[in-house]
Amino acid sequence: MQNGAGKLMKIGVLALQGSVIEHIQCLQKIEGVQVVEVRKAEQLSEIDGLILPGGESTTIGKMLREYRIIEPLRDLIQSGLPVWGTCAGMILLAKDIVGQDEVYLDVLDVSVRRNAYGSQLDSFQSSAVIHKLAEHDIPLTFIRAPYIEKCGPEAEILLILDGNIVAVEQDNILATSFHPELTEDLSFHKYFIKKIS
Amino acid sequence: MDRYTLNKNLAQMLKGGVIMDVTNVEQALIAEEAGAVAVMALERVPADIRKQGGVARMSDPLMIKEIKKAVTIPVMAKVRIGHFVEAQILQAIGIDYIDESEVLTPADEMFHIDKRSFDIPFVCGARNLGEALRRIGEGAAMIRTKGEAGTGNVVEAVRHMRSIMSEMRQVQLLPAEERMTFAKEIGAPVDLLEYIAEHKKLPVVNFAAGGIATPADAALMMQLGCDGIFVGSGIFKSGDPAQRARAIVKATTHYNDPNIIMEVSEGLGEAMVGIEIDKLEDQYAKRGW
Repeated sequence: MQNGAGKLMKIGVLALQGSVIEHIQCLQKIEGVQVVEVRKAEQLSEIDGLILPGGESTTIGKMLREYRIIEPLRDLIQSGLPVWGTCAGMILLAKDIVGQDEVYLDVLDVSVRRNAYGSQLDSFQSSAVIHKLAEHDIPLTFIRAPYIEKCGPEAEILLILDGNIVAVEQDNILATSFHPELTEDLSFHKYFIKKIS
Repeated sequence: MDRYTLNKNLAQMLKGGVIMDVTNVEQALIAEEAGAVAVMALERVPADIRKQGGVARMSDPLMIKEIKKAVTIPVMAKVRIGHFVEAQILQAIGIDYIDESEVLTPADEMFHIDKRSFDIPFVCGARNLGEALRRIGEGAAMIRTKGEAGTGNVVEAVRHMRSIMSEMRQVQLLPAEERMTFAKEIGAPVDLLEYIAEHKKLPVVNFAAGGIATPADAALMMQLGCDGIFVGSGIFKSGDPAQRARAIVKATTHYNDPNIIMEVSEGLGEAMVGIEIDKLEDQYAKRGW
């Protein structure tokens, strides 16, 4: 897939910590995409879209602040940079995190609960059809996952699983409780690329 | 549902991060604040176990519970090699990971824990590929180098990382008919050897541990190909633990950027006192079978 200028589409993966290589390997399977590992604020201006991977949200959130990435990234998202957060990434995007005052990018109109299912013993695999993305069953992997307790009017729900909101979209923002990067299914990665082009 | 896959997935989420040894709630909070991706709760850091001697065992469950309550990042704790009842206790606590560790005094001189019989993920130490694959064969969801804990000397971690990487490269070059004999020679399950030949990587993440004391040590191990870093005595046995912890986290993220590693290495105060390996009475890395 190529954008208007006929150049490769440049997708960044925030590479502070977490499931970075898994996202990169998924993106490399999609034609016309060039992948960049983003570790510094100045790299943000070169990319057409950014993935916030799974990992430890507390850790990545602290690094975003300490390495002064958080403000420029928030500005870019608010002015339309396509961004997709998986698991920890969803927490980083949220405007409200249940049980804590501190939020990070503060752009996604949802209230998210961290480790919402419990401990690692409650991590699980499932699957679902999401018509907006594809007609087949998409495998879903939840690892100490969050879910969305409340969704504001700005965000559109993509998937409710067992009564919990686990995937949403809000204009240029996509967020999933689960980890498409841990599966072989590229539906979400392709959907995100399509959003950009 | 495949519990083992989910446990390997959990370890993947720690990649690029630093896991720090802590002995109380105060240290756990410093570690979390500095950007640790998990903490290892234990009663004495390896440097003190080395100095004080005696049998080193699993920590008091109460202390582990207090640390678990104080932080939001995952909490790990150590059990003695082969001591499956200590592991049952940690599973009952609801710990996030169990480290079956050579740093504690082994409880069994022949056998490791059957890690597949537990729901909680295990991490285990290894000096070479054979040892790593034996532990994975027993059900470990994550591997780390043994290094030589409590020495502040990175040389053994480097040796172990280089051994594992070099043997991985050998496996990928072997013709199929030579794999069984190679597996026999290094004492590894042949199916896991086949996995490496096919996928060109270990089936689980591999962290560096044992003797890492400076930001440069952490970046060195990352450049040698590990997925993340354990720091034991290196932080809380140094002059300014909070600053050193932050510096090691930053050097691990930016391991390929010498300018950043230089910046974070400046004015860090005193590192822990190091020990040369041939001056040691006990080499912990020799524990494990």
